[in-house]
Order: sequence, then C-alpha cells, then structure tokens
Amino acid sequence: MTRFLMTNSTIDAVALRRELLRAEAGGFCSFEGWVRQTNGGRQVTGIDYDAYVPLAVTEAQAVLNEALTRFDVTNVVAAHCCGYLQVGEIAVWIGVAAPHRAAAFSACRYVIDEIKKRVPIWKREHYVDGNVGWVACHDSE
Amino acid sequence: MPQIELEYFAQLSEATGLRSEIRNTPALTAAALYDELREQYGFALPPGRMRVAVNAAFRPWEQELFEGDHVVFIPPVTGG
Repeated sequence: MTRFLMTNSTIDAVALRRELLRAEAGGFCSFEGWVRQTNGGRQVTGIDYDAYVPLAVTEAQAVLNEALTRFDVTNVVAAHCCGYLQVGEIAVWIGVAAPHRAAAFSACRYVIDEIKKRVPIWKREHYVDGNVGWVACHDSE
Repeated sequence: MPQIELEYFAQLSEATGLRSEIRNTPALTAAALYDELREQYGFALPPGRMRVAVNAAFRPWEQELFEGDHVVFIPPVTGG
C-alpha cells in the first residue's frame, strides 16, 4: 500500500507518519526536503513550486509502487507541496516503514532520488534582492 | 488541422505568458509541435532537454497528435 499526496497546504508530517504504522513494521525512516536559505551562492527568501499535477501524481505514485516492489518494505507514503513556501518549510516528505532498517533507508533514498528526477514539479526561487528565477536543473545530490 | 490543447508550466509559461492555449496546428507529431512553438515563442530549451506528455502520460517525441489531445512540454524537473 502506498500513497502520494500533492498539497497546497502545509505538510502534516505527524499525520503522514501515522499512515505508516503497521504491526509488521519494525521501524520507519523519513526524509524531509526543506526550503534552504541559499542556492548557488544566492540568498533565497522562498520558493514557488509549480506542478503538472495529474502527471506528477501518477508518476510519483509509480515511484512509490516501484519502491514497494524493489525493497522489503511494508508501506511508503510521500507528499509534495505546491505553491509558495518560505525558508525552512517542508517541500517534500517521504516515509517508509519496513520490518528491518536497511530496506527502509534504501527505499527512502530511492523515492526521493526518483521524485527529483522524474516528477513534473518545478522550483521558482525568490531572492533577497527581489529577483525571481526558475531553477534550471538539479545541480547536486 | 487538428485542434490541440496546450498547457504551459515553469519556463514555458513564462516565455509564452500563458498557462494554456487552444491551437490549430499543422504539426503531425509532438516534436513538430514543439518546433512550431519554439519558433513562435523563442523557447530557450532544446527538445533534447525536454520531455513531452500527451493526455497526462509521458510519450515519445514521435507521438502522433490527434484532435483534442492535451499536450504538455516538460522542462527539466526540479522538485524535491
């Protein structure tokens, strides 16, 4: 069982974690992507996230299903924000529950890497100097 | 000429000044339609850096276009 959520409101990490609770799971690990105050040496005040929502949802859902197939995990849940976020806010949340930790870590890594590669979501950064700009592509891990 | 519904995101939305557009086009494929739009709007991104979705599913550039198709050209993604 997996679930991907695209949301215009704040990501509720506590509620998402609750969806992962299973008696057969021995633990879970999560990854939170936050809006960072700098990018490429420029001071950032916030990020607008644009998304082609219907395809973003189906592609992210496919990633979660792949994680469930490839790794020995019990459940995978993820969420991504749309719209404007300030520095420090959660842009993306991924949680993976598994009987044992190794699979949970691996699957969590797989999901964030694939989401960043494949899911049609775009960042438009707002800078301290008042400029805005689309991020051209992912330039680092 | 088939009538195609286009939706623009990120840099393409900025370049066109549009979020969506209904367009009659002689383009027979997604690749030809992108060339046509690039010519008109001056998109900086070459097709090699883009992907294309037709009716909300990723498709190859040679995808044939039909009346009423919904087409989205997808710049390099930067979510996460």
